[in-house]
Amino acid sequence: MALNSKVPQGPLKDKWTDYKNKINLVNPANKRHIDVIVVGTGLAGGSASATLAELGYNVKAFAYQDSPRRAHSIAAQGGINAAKNYQGDGDSTYRLFYDTVKGGDYRSREANVYRLAEVSANIIDQCVAQGVPFARDYGGLLDNRSFGGVLVSRTFYAKGQTGQQLLLGAYSAMNRQIARGKIEMFNRHEMLDVVIVDGKARGIIARNLVTGEIERHSAHAVVVASGGYGNVYFLSTNAMGSNVTAAWKIHKKGAYFANPCYTQIHPTCIPRSGDYQSKLTLMSESLRNDGRIWVPKNLEDVKLIREGKKKPTELSEDERDYYLERRYPAFGNLVPRDVASRAAKERCDAGYGVNATGEAVYLDFAASFVRYGTEQAKIKGLTNPSENEILELGREIVKAKYGNLFQMYEKIVDENPYETPMMIYPAVHYTMGGVWVDYNLMTTVPGLYCIGEANFSDHGANRLGASALMQGLADGYFVLPYTIGDYLADDIRTGKISTDTPEFDEAEKAVKDSIDFFINNKGKHSVDYYHKKLGKIMWDKCGMSRNEEGLKEAIQEISDLRKDFWTNVSVPGGANEYNEELAKAGRVADFLELGELFAKDALVREESAGGHFREEYQTPEGEAKRLKEFQFVSAWEYKGEPKDAVLHKEPLVYENIEVKERSYK
Amino acid sequence: MNLTLKIWRQKDSSSKGQMVDYKVTDISEHMSFLEMIDVLNESLVSKGEEPVAFDHDCREGICGMCSMYINGEAHGPDRGVTTCQLHMRMFNDGDTITIEPFRAAAFPVIKDLVVDRSAFDRIQHAGGYISVNTSGNTQDANATPISKHAADTAMDAATCIGCGACVATCKNSSAMLFVGAKVSQYALLPQGQVEAADRVKNMVAQMDLEGFGNCTNTGACEVECPKGISLDNIARMNRELMKASI
Repeated sequence: MALNSKVPQGPLKDKWTDYKNKINLVNPANKRHIDVIVVGTGLAGGSASATLAELGYNVKAFAYQDSPRRAHSIAAQGGINAAKNYQGDGDSTYRLFYDTVKGGDYRSREANVYRLAEVSANIIDQCVAQGVPFARDYGGLLDNRSFGGVLVSRTFYAKGQTGQQLLLGAYSAMNRQIARGKIEMFNRHEMLDVVIVDGKARGIIARNLVTGEIERHSAHAVVVASGGYGNVYFLSTNAMGSNVTAAWKIHKKGAYFANPCYTQIHPTCIPRSGDYQSKLTLMSESLRNDGRIWVPKNLEDVKLIREGKKKPTELSEDERDYYLERRYPAFGNLVPRDVASRAAKERCDAGYGVNATGEAVYLDFAASFVRYGTEQAKIKGLTNPSENEILELGREIVKAKYGNLFQMYEKIVDENPYETPMMIYPAVHYTMGGVWVDYNLMTTVPGLYCIGEANFSDHGANRLGASALMQGLADGYFVLPYTIGDYLADDIRTGKISTDTPEFDEAEKAVKDSIDFFINNKGKHSVDYYHKKLGKIMWDKCGMSRNEEGLKEAIQEISDLRKDFWTNVSVPGGANEYNEELAKAGRVADFLELGELFAKDALVREESAGGHFREEYQTPEGEAKRLKEFQFVSAWEYKGEPKDAVLHKEPLVYENIEVKERSYK
Repeated sequence: MNLTLKIWRQKDSSSKGQMVDYKVTDISEHMSFLEMIDVLNESLVSKGEEPVAFDHDCREGICGMCSMYINGEAHGPDRGVTTCQLHMRMFNDGDTITIEPFRAAAFPVIKDLVVDRSAFDRIQHAGGYISVNTSGNTQDANATPISKHAADTAMDAATCIGCGACVATCKNSSAMLFVGAKVSQYALLPQGQVEAADRVKNMVAQMDLEGFGNCTNTGACEVECPKGISLDNIARMNRELMKASI
């Protein structure tokens, strides 16, 4: 099947408006007869559920957590971008579009990104109307901060809990529709397959995670908003339950999977401490507004610091290497995430890592304490304030901005970041790759949509900070509700979809067979045993840098591990009960397939772009070397084993932006 | 360190539960409490036994899913943290630790340490929203200035993660801190004014219907709240209710 992105004709800035003017609509009376299933209730799924229900469709929403409010969007910290230009610093729709395409290393689709930038301002209006308590200045207007890879302040925030507040906003909009009966909410349910009838997505098979019951649910369209697959690495900043299962199941039923190798390794996370570790914790990118990243200039100091004989605060300015400021003077500490992560790895690989494992750099706020403190002393009219008074005043300001992050750091690391610099290291955070969708956010299966992090569409090979929240809400509130209507207009006479059909029988049987296998296979290793092994292969060979040899090994090792899993995995308990190990087994089974496709995708992409860094393809200065002949989206078609997946290419055409070397110097 | 754990095991909501003793060894002080439970579960699974069921997800203190009652305190002995952020350095070698589910009539046990907190969702359905459609056709976000103080105080209330520690810790199993936080967030913002009276009446009525108790001002909820939600929010809710009832 040839890929058709269905991007509308016409000038870039008119595409979305023209498109909306010409699509088919469903009249309100007919919407009452149309059902839509939404899988996942994060920012994308939650906002889509609420909006579709408001429009009049009957929505069935599914979440594996005990409430829609717990989806992992809740953990997003720093903020949400919008081209409001409230700061008057030169922002515009075009500039947000430009920054996003450049930030994604020219590997995203122009028309989708422009639409995202276009609707971004609406998101802020909408959220304020919903009662989201964004940060404000003393005049009562909204405040902004800066994020990496841009030269303007366009990021709106609610302390270090922006994702929480936006998700609770979407959750409140859902609640209003749940109360009206327009959304039927299925908490503690996991989608285990999609059902295709006559080539169209018409329902799902879900497991009730409390009773173990396998359920059939039908609808006229299915929307998958199940988030990213970062947990393929076992250790990531994702929630423990975050998984690829819904996205992978639809891939196996015909939806192409795009650019799996584009994974974001976030530069500022708390370093690992031991083998028992279950997850990694992010320290928001917003901290790079005020924190400076450095390692010691001299290896002797590194040694003394590691041995605990010297403190970082004892090093003079001359003895420190602020390597981001040195290498990228224009953007400094606010270079994009992929660049910052690689730079940290480069210093640590060269032996300058500052903790026992050698995998940590400093994020230092001392300069900000002084800068803010001096300003506060002036405002308060203090004459000749002491150094300590200034520091104290400065700390107060930093605390007001990032207090919850500093507290989180202190609880985990047991060090006071107001006294000593934070230690940070990159960790897996976000996946730009995902299910391939066209301009309508429809997958290669008719009636099957994919939104939010689960799709591939807007971030290219690297996502800019504070753009995930923007995309999730744009897809759910403002894009999908239009595009899905165009499709559903053909379904006004279809009537209720029956679940009593051979297609549902077959899908349910496959799900039950797989569950029975896990329960009856009295193997010798736990699910986590396999998940950790997979994670290690992924991190070592498909991590921050990759090479041909390692990727080939990874493909073989993952394939072997998958065989071992299907022979020796052990799942205690029964099928018809609350059984966390059983749920995990299904998820890890899918990760074991995705992991191999990921490595294959990385192997085929013989260039470096954004988060995908192939050691063979770098400039003499060690920057990513992008190649013109790889200016396409890799969309993989499922053919059984991952090794048999077939590659389809969607060429990326840039008509409104000049493809240049991506420089932040 | 080596520890003895006394853990509530209960097969399902209709079965009778009991405390069961377990030993864990070589626990690092840097582990989180849940990572310590992971170690126990890994050893149970390797012996073919059923692991201890417990709710958890983000493991960074924001999703509100984790919910253990540890040594008689919701989320354990540390302050301002959820169970996933509680670290083993808070305990000593040789300690015996008692782990129970959050207990309240309105939070029935599903299995072991997992409880059903859907009552919280139903209270939100009753009025925890502003009735604005998500069409995007609202006024500009800066059209109505909101004082920094009001916005910050609303934000402090809005940081509630809905974990239920307030209920579990209250001798009356009252949900007033949870409900007060949501009522306050909207009461402090101009957007929330239009429906303020109906909102507080409906949410409080649903709270009572769910079987939560009343507030007798002991303040334990505020102490145990991982997000430091203030008792002021209960007072504000009562004022709002009074205003709405006159």
